[in-house]
Amino acid sequence: MSKFLQRHQKAVLSTLLVIVIAYGFYFWDSVRTTSILNFSLSYALPLILAAMVGIIGERSGVVNIGIEGQMLLSAFVAFFAAVATGSLIIGAFLGMASGLLAGAFLGIAAVKWEMDQIIAGVVINIVAAGITSFYYTPGQSLPAIVPRIEIPYLSQIPLIGQVFFNKSIFVYATLILVVVLQVMLFTSKWGLRTRAVGEYPSAADTAGINVYRTRILNVAIAGVLAGTAGAYLSLDAAGWFERGFTAGRGFLALAIMIFGAWNPFGAMAAALFFGFASGMASQLQADEVINIPQQLINMLPYVMTLIILSLAAGKVRPPGAVGQPYKKEG
Amino acid sequence: MQTESDDAKKLHPSLEYLIKKQSFIVPIIAVFVALIIGSVLIYFQGANPIGAYKTILQASLGNERGLIRTLEKTTPLILAGLAVAVALRVGLFNIGAQGQLIMGAFFATWAGFTFTNLPALIHIFVGLLAGIIAGGLWAAIAGILKAYRGVHEVISTIMLNSIAIAILDYLVNYPYKEPDQPLPRTVPILESAQLPKIGFVPVGFILALLVATFISWLINRTTTGFRFNTVGANKFAAAYAGIKIKYVVVSSMLLSGGLAGLGGAIETLGITYRFEPAFNKGLGFDGITIALLARANPIATIPAAFLVGILRSGAPTLQFDYGLEPEIVDLLLALTLLFVAAPILGKLIFRKRAEKSENVSSGWGS
Amino acid sequence: MTALLEVRSVSKQFPGVLANDNISLTVNPGEIVALLGENGAGKSTLVKMIYGLYPPDSGEIYFDGKKVEIQSPKQAIDLGIGMVHQHFQLVPVFSVAENVALGAEKKHLGLYDSRQAENDVAKLSEKYGLVVDPSAKIEDLPVGTQQRVEILKVLYRDAKLLILDEPTAVLTPQETDELLEVMRGFAKQGVGVIFITHKLREVLAVADRVVVLRNGKLVGETKPSQTDQSGLAQMMVGRPVVLDVKKEPAQPKAEVLKIENLVVKDDRNLVAVNNLSLSVRAGEIVGIAGVEGNGQRELVQGITGLRKIESGKVLINNKDATDASPHQVHEMGVAHVPEDRERDGLVASYSIADNLVLNRFDEAEFSRRGVRQSGPIKKLAGSLVDKFDVRTPSIETRAGSLSGGNKQKLVIARELAWEPELLIAAQPTRGVDVGSIEFIHNQIVQARDNGAAVLLVSAELDEVLGLADRVAVIYAGKIVAVLDQKDAERNKVGRLMAGGDTN
Repeated sequence: MSKFLQRHQKAVLSTLLVIVIAYGFYFWDSVRTTSILNFSLSYALPLILAAMVGIIGERSGVVNIGIEGQMLLSAFVAFFAAVATGSLIIGAFLGMASGLLAGAFLGIAAVKWEMDQIIAGVVINIVAAGITSFYYTPGQSLPAIVPRIEIPYLSQIPLIGQVFFNKSIFVYATLILVVVLQVMLFTSKWGLRTRAVGEYPSAADTAGINVYRTRILNVAIAGVLAGTAGAYLSLDAAGWFERGFTAGRGFLALAIMIFGAWNPFGAMAAALFFGFASGMASQLQADEVINIPQQLINMLPYVMTLIILSLAAGKVRPPGAVGQPYKKEG
Repeated sequence: MQTESDDAKKLHPSLEYLIKKQSFIVPIIAVFVALIIGSVLIYFQGANPIGAYKTILQASLGNERGLIRTLEKTTPLILAGLAVAVALRVGLFNIGAQGQLIMGAFFATWAGFTFTNLPALIHIFVGLLAGIIAGGLWAAIAGILKAYRGVHEVISTIMLNSIAIAILDYLVNYPYKEPDQPLPRTVPILESAQLPKIGFVPVGFILALLVATFISWLINRTTTGFRFNTVGANKFAAAYAGIKIKYVVVSSMLLSGGLAGLGGAIETLGITYRFEPAFNKGLGFDGITIALLARANPIATIPAAFLVGILRSGAPTLQFDYGLEPEIVDLLLALTLLFVAAPILGKLIFRKRAEKSENVSSGWGS
Repeated sequence: MTALLEVRSVSKQFPGVLANDNISLTVNPGEIVALLGENGAGKSTLVKMIYGLYPPDSGEIYFDGKKVEIQSPKQAIDLGIGMVHQHFQLVPVFSVAENVALGAEKKHLGLYDSRQAENDVAKLSEKYGLVVDPSAKIEDLPVGTQQRVEILKVLYRDAKLLILDEPTAVLTPQETDELLEVMRGFAKQGVGVIFITHKLREVLAVADRVVVLRNGKLVGETKPSQTDQSGLAQMMVGRPVVLDVKKEPAQPKAEVLKIENLVVKDDRNLVAVNNLSLSVRAGEIVGIAGVEGNGQRELVQGITGLRKIESGKVLINNKDATDASPHQVHEMGVAHVPEDRERDGLVASYSIADNLVLNRFDEAEFSRRGVRQSGPIKKLAGSLVDKFDVRTPSIETRAGSLSGGNKQKLVIARELAWEPELLIAAQPTRGVDVGSIEFIHNQIVQARDNGAAVLLVSAELDEVLGLADRVAVIYAGKIVAVLDQKDAERNKVGRLMAGGDTN
């Protein structure tokens, strides 16, 4: 434990600092603080999931620029499947399945066909936009809302209880996933192999690891997470669907992944920061503390993404073989 | 010191595959296969696919008004396609033609209503130039971020699209809003800035053809083109050959964005005569499909854009005749892109050739 | 006794080449078999089939007397076949233990057990005398140590057959001797060894049996006791070979290249060229001898403007070239044969003609007001292809489709076409057939005799010793000694390369 504290001194200290500040504000203005933090979390959640998709892909050496399309497609499928069947659960599962499908496409295109990974991702985005805009029918509504699950005792804690422990299954699943992924990536056999495949595929290959299979499987499984993000967006966060619904979140997620240095915890922190900045801006706007036209507020996450990416360059090191199709020498 | 950072060198080596290794037959077959699959989807929507395709052709080519509309639609598509194609030559994937195009459109409009007392020829020129500069500078941001900060152009151009939309949305809602109008839009441009037609052919269309020819010459015959192609084909060899990669990255994005901006300028100066925020949604994506259909060959963007122009111009009629959403075109184009970009068809048709060419690049890594 | 490995008439066809044609090979337990052949003779193809990296088109492989079909490295490893690759197969950001355990991880509570892996590696390294810190990161280790990790990887998997693919290419003569000793040790414990090399001396020193491949065919088998270096060379190439370079004594003139206290950093931002000084005069060849990774690459890139110079000076004909761009360096009369011709020296998708003007495309001769002039380009290409014997159907052929030797001749042709004042040749004969090597060596000597200053960088010590008029030994980014050719005795240079004293 003390070793852990030593190694992650900065992370632990900044987490503590954030908690202290949050409670400081909470005692000053409990309503607004809770509302901003709630906003931050729901804004961050799809970004966290999508960033995990990017992390799994890039850690195994595959760039996934099609997260946007994967989320869009699965948000669409989840919504209309739920409408058609009258079941949110079926909707969610079909949404995840469509994410899996899109992920598998990327994996096979990038690995088997040695297609340019960027182009494959862009193709996913455009195909998803094409499908969802043609088959979109306006005026539908969901059969139910996603239930909140209140966790006994924990939900009674001031601030944290309301922000973290009275949420839908999506929130709990995501938070657990981040922890599991962090542990798996750095301390499991799967993680060691995945990172080897993404850093130096020929070394993995000669050590008896099937590079192609590892990459395809990882990217496909990551697709399920993109599907979950999409399902969360249409079923839980919004409760509706429209064309171009994901609004660039898949790309923000990539910036968040880089900002978080390809680490699940880091990416989660970055996503929460994004959410917090947006929540803060809307709250200030609502309180008329600041008066900036909404159009310019909308710009904020995109500008932040560009700034973060240009600052991160050179500071963090991406996996060594990311973006390169693996070919056996011959 | 002219060293290039490694980030500037991270272009896509396998783009070469798209540009060189597949025959021109693949795009044609891709379109064909997409249309066949599209007909099945149309059939499932309860419409007659052959009738639907006929309607599209009739509405887009069957009469003078339709033909003019098709040419008008084709014009910005040629330029958007060129924008993507030029960047692809350098190994850059500019998926922000949309943002560059609307930037060009707005600033062309701005020049069109701001400058008064200019003779028509000069006013038009100023308007087009404003569009080119605006689009070019907008894309150059992505170029600079790529060359000096290593930001991937796909992400930056997409972000710049959203930012452009937000900025222009703001501009037409506040400082440049047409007074006393419910809709957010600018005032119309002056008559002196309007692009005329020659006979029934819009001047903008002719301009686009000339530009495509020029770009083809630039890419294939000039030292500038050689620099572009070399950076796109092998950036290490380009650095070795004394080519300044950062300079090429930024200047090619400038050119690419300028082309898209010109597309936007022609649209507002020749057709809409003012700027509205809902302007030409999705044109940038069509530019990607066109450039890949054309295999990044500038002249080939003309027929590719014409094809997309036909679909875009004829599709709205489907709503009346068959109750089909015009978004069927998005789906058709997405399918086309899928088949043209994924090497599935190429491998099926040219199995032998594909195997042979694989021998050329050996070894791992870039 | 059953053979450990028996390969029966395997063939492997690659597009355009029959890489292995009906080859048979046996290795007995405890035997060291040297696989000898030129680049492209099919040695690597053969062992990669044995290691499951690709399947043979025909033929059979028996291991421990049983017929096997090895379809993946995993299967080869499970059988007890281990391979040390020419390019190290190590993940740079992983620790030694992680690299060794990768693919054969032991688990503890369902997770990868890093502590046990480190213990195991420590034990192995002690047992075989292969000193290495199990928790060190690979990218922080010198090349010689990395090779030890490669060998540990194989030992960790209990290999019965060990394949070593050109293992001495990155070692000093002394390290090479140590490795040969390690190989003998394995053989004594009953391990079969296949040792791939093109260095005849090593073959004679360690092999029990020598198998020679040429153009994908097995052309002979012999024992070290029955042959000598020239005999082996003749088997390898198929004709008598002149092993020494013929040249007159140098007649050096004015100083062309002067390097003073140069400091250059590598990709990881560590100092690679450390306060290095050197000078090269017109009419002489200065060869840089050194183990790869001692700053040679960064030195060349620093001089040619491809890498930023931190401090120090580069003077070319007394003009400051320290901050010059690659273009400016070229203008100053410097030709550069880059070490990685596929990556830096050629555009594979361009025609031979375009590649022959790759760094001169915007010179007045080949472009007018920004428009390229195809007439003069083709004329030049035609004459260079003839003069430098580039074997190609046409000057419009894609450079990528040429063989390694012809690609290199193409680069040499381009760089010598304009009679440069300084030629920087990095690894000029790497991966090139013997015929082309002779040709390239003669071209370099001829350039010298025409008055060019030549800086030769090569990982092949024999090449440096044979070609250079003065030998500069580089170690840890510094020139530790400059010797005249007659004083550059092999063992002495070897000790200097390892950072040892002159005496």
